[in-house]
Amino acid sequence: MSNTLSRRTFVQGSALAGLSAAALGSGALFGCSPEAEEELAATGTEEKAPEAAPVEEKIVWNHCAINCPGRCALKLHVVDDEIVRVETYATDTDDMDDVQPRACLRGRAYRAWVNHPDRINYPMKRAEGTKRGDGKYEQISWDEAIEIIAKNYQEVIDNYGPEAVYMNYCTGNYGVTARPWFRLLNSLGNGYLAFYGNYSLAQLMWITPYMFGASVGAGSSLNAAKDSDLILMFGTSPVETRQGGAVSHHDYVAMREATKGKIYVIDPRFNDSVAGRSDEWLPINPGTDAALVSAIAHELIANDQVDKEFLDTYCVGFDEDTMPESAKGQNKSYKDYIMGTGYDMVEKTPEWAAPITGIAADKIRSLADEIANAKAMFVDQGWGPQRRSNGELNGISICMLPILTGNIGLAGTSNGLREGSYSLSIPSMPYGENPVKAKISVFSMVDAIDRGHEMTEKADGVTGVEQLPCDIKFVINYAGNCITNQNSDINWVHDVMSDDSKCQFVLGSDILMTDSLKYSDVILPDLFRLEQPSMIATGGDHGYMFAGSEPYAPKFERKSAYDAAALIAAALGKEEAFTEGKTQVDWQKECYEQAREKDTDLPTYDEFVEMGVYTRKNPKGTVIVMDKFREDPVANPLDTPSGKIEIYSEKLADYIAAHDFPEDDFVAPIPVYAPEWYGVETTTEEYPLQLSGFHYRGRLHSSWGGVEILKELNPQEAWINPTDADARGIKQGDKVRVKNQFGEMELLAKVTPRVIPGTVATAQGAWHDADMNGDRVDKGGCINTLTTHRPSPFAKGNPQHTNICQVTKA
Amino acid sequence: MAQQAFYFDGTRCTGCKTCVFACKDKNNLDTGIAYRKVFEYTGGETTKDENGCCTTSCFSYYTSVSCNHCDKPICMANCPQGAISKDDETGLMSVDEEKCIGCGTCVQSCPYGAPKVNTETKKAVRCDGCADLIAAGEKPACVMACPARALKFGDADAMGKLGERGNVAPLPDPSETEPNYFMTATPDAKKCGSTDGEIANPLEVE
Repeated sequence: MSNTLSRRTFVQGSALAGLSAAALGSGALFGCSPEAEEELAATGTEEKAPEAAPVEEKIVWNHCAINCPGRCALKLHVVDDEIVRVETYATDTDDMDDVQPRACLRGRAYRAWVNHPDRINYPMKRAEGTKRGDGKYEQISWDEAIEIIAKNYQEVIDNYGPEAVYMNYCTGNYGVTARPWFRLLNSLGNGYLAFYGNYSLAQLMWITPYMFGASVGAGSSLNAAKDSDLILMFGTSPVETRQGGAVSHHDYVAMREATKGKIYVIDPRFNDSVAGRSDEWLPINPGTDAALVSAIAHELIANDQVDKEFLDTYCVGFDEDTMPESAKGQNKSYKDYIMGTGYDMVEKTPEWAAPITGIAADKIRSLADEIANAKAMFVDQGWGPQRRSNGELNGISICMLPILTGNIGLAGTSNGLREGSYSLSIPSMPYGENPVKAKISVFSMVDAIDRGHEMTEKADGVTGVEQLPCDIKFVINYAGNCITNQNSDINWVHDVMSDDSKCQFVLGSDILMTDSLKYSDVILPDLFRLEQPSMIATGGDHGYMFAGSEPYAPKFERKSAYDAAALIAAALGKEEAFTEGKTQVDWQKECYEQAREKDTDLPTYDEFVEMGVYTRKNPKGTVIVMDKFREDPVANPLDTPSGKIEIYSEKLADYIAAHDFPEDDFVAPIPVYAPEWYGVETTTEEYPLQLSGFHYRGRLHSSWGGVEILKELNPQEAWINPTDADARGIKQGDKVRVKNQFGEMELLAKVTPRVIPGTVATAQGAWHDADMNGDRVDKGGCINTLTTHRPSPFAKGNPQHTNICQVTKA
Repeated sequence: MAQQAFYFDGTRCTGCKTCVFACKDKNNLDTGIAYRKVFEYTGGETTKDENGCCTTSCFSYYTSVSCNHCDKPICMANCPQGAISKDDETGLMSVDEEKCIGCGTCVQSCPYGAPKVNTETKKAVRCDGCADLIAAGEKPACVMACPARALKFGDADAMGKLGERGNVAPLPDPSETEPNYFMTATPDAKKCGSTDGEIANPLEVE
């Protein structure tokens, strides 16, 4: 490494550049057809080919449709059925409040993805004699593909029933008509085994209703923090997780510029939201947020700095004064837990928390003092602290800071959950009624293939029925990479999925070959949302929505998911029930008209399609979460049994009593620090380091993960502190192996003081790349090679940031 | 039209590289070549004491930079073929492909590493300030791309009022070429020539 720009290395860089610069100035680099190349040459480098006839360029609006609420604007320049440039929605104004959903680096790399050599162009079936996961396929006709799908579906329904049919969780495609598969399965008249939760927020999604009620799922909008004097960001990097120009990337930068509040980013990693402002970083050991909160609570209570009036009026369970009858006099209150008179009789002093969190006791005291003296405190958390083996309790613990100090429902405050938004809304195409009542957690899919018939309500989080009647036998995996890559314990998943005696049939449909798609029996070729008419509404501090048009007719034998599902419905005699005689655009119009009925200020359908992008500022300026409740808690109660914030939840206590948990699962009806399995306190001699994931700039989960131009400038690295690296003889840029009890991966070392000692951090979503019939070492550096498939206690969610590991030089 | 310049607001930049990819899309640049780069400059220590408690002096910040269309374009001065020119009106740099022999002198001369040699065509290539867009009354692709709105482009006089000539590490001292690159530095920024930190993302920029 060097500390100044080096001329010599730039010469090397340019030589390297030449290797792949053959077609510089042409579209061939982005995989266009030869014809398109010539046309690009004619337009892109006009001065070199003046004799070529001018080719007409058209502008087509569409939107990004991957798993980020940004959904940003794509202004496609199209020449002769090829996208030759991707712009976005931007005006040249200094006003940071002007709503501009500018696409991020990934959005600007769409050409390389859309024209990727691995795109799926034809229907295919698994090659004879190969196993799922081998990834060998033969081209077939649409007719044959539909016939195979229909035959297997009917067999599974006849032999096992609808609980054996499952549509896997997916996040690769968003739009109001983008999810036709649930509708298909309901239209066929049988229904399917449904899921609850997701991979993003499973733990908090499950437990938040116990504390705040089902209607509170997020916090205040980020711009509310402009009025704060203290801003605590737990385990979050708003500039990285949602990178667009009108979501948290922009909104955080705008807020930071406008606020006078002191900011702390409490994270194991000096993330990019801290960049340039090192005094904002408070390093913490992963999974220990609740221990920090408990020690701060101790100081607030010991120094008589809690807002007792707020706690008595708006909450239950802080102390004996507001405990429910069933728990009175049993030392079960939050205060008992904190002050050492609770279930574990341990006083949660800063000295207790220091070795757990890695934050010195004095620092905890001074932070508690700042919190006590804040006039308007904005507490925000990302979804990392809850994506853990103790995620439910770790997540809601963070909410205790605003609760204890009464910083809720007022200007400049939030409730400790992730920032909320002001969003516009267009309803989705209706799914229909699912007659099957059984549900599993999203994270249990492979379990339900492996041993579904054993899974119960009491032990496995099955809902709707006491026990599943059968295993999953028929899976639809559409626009998703959650079978292997984004699931956990890939090596175990491979063993289950490649076994034909378990799952009978997997239907895959995607835009290009992914690791999960290799486990399909039949593959259908899909379109990007930007290749078809599409609509979506969203927002950050302010709201906006997009109407997308198709830049060109579908190429090769690709079809929209809607048209593919309609063919399957037709083969099973249910076309009319599925389509009701409507095209995808008909449904889109219908959905939009429903939105206009509720929101009469929206433009007409035709006007909207013409505009492509519609923006609207939040008429109230900011979203202040729970403001109505704060104003009048009697008139506007929360959706909890008491109508108040339930610090102690009687309902949760009842749930715990009625369910079975493994011995080392830590459960409690109050927000306590739960030591983790595979956590900082349970590292081993063999695996002495923590391993934690984070969201990467060059991918969204695994989307764009195979795009070379993004991979080059977003290398797959393991962040390791110099003290940990030196002890292992590892230097910046070295190839390293990261290993634990579940698997092993190979990637590059980023030796940096930007990560706390004892923790290795790596961006999640890299494309798994292992010889599954050989050593199974993942050369792609996909963290899920090392994550556990053991679910979190309550939500049965993915604890994907809770891992232990060892790192060695490769 | 007067000399044109970039303005970079380091306090807004989060290092996302959207500017880089908007440029690559506009100019059809594949792997191996980029006209704009984002440097991560990092230093300090993060350590734990015997009680497992952490202290940190770590600092880190990003700087986005391309060709700065300098007032003293050393690339032009050193080009043995006289292939590099500076537009009389806009001050934007360009390469005459007829004259260029791909010798790489410009690459070695430029302290920002802005020009590259396309080894296939044996011609120097670089950021031209999106001269075609400027002529059409638009702004460069990178400027209109930034989700955090950290980049601006316009008359050097106006940009010069927004900040100082780029003067933070790992950039060279601005007196070398007088770049038309003005900036506002982050609180973490170190002066040019600092040895407090190092370029921490070499794979992305070298």
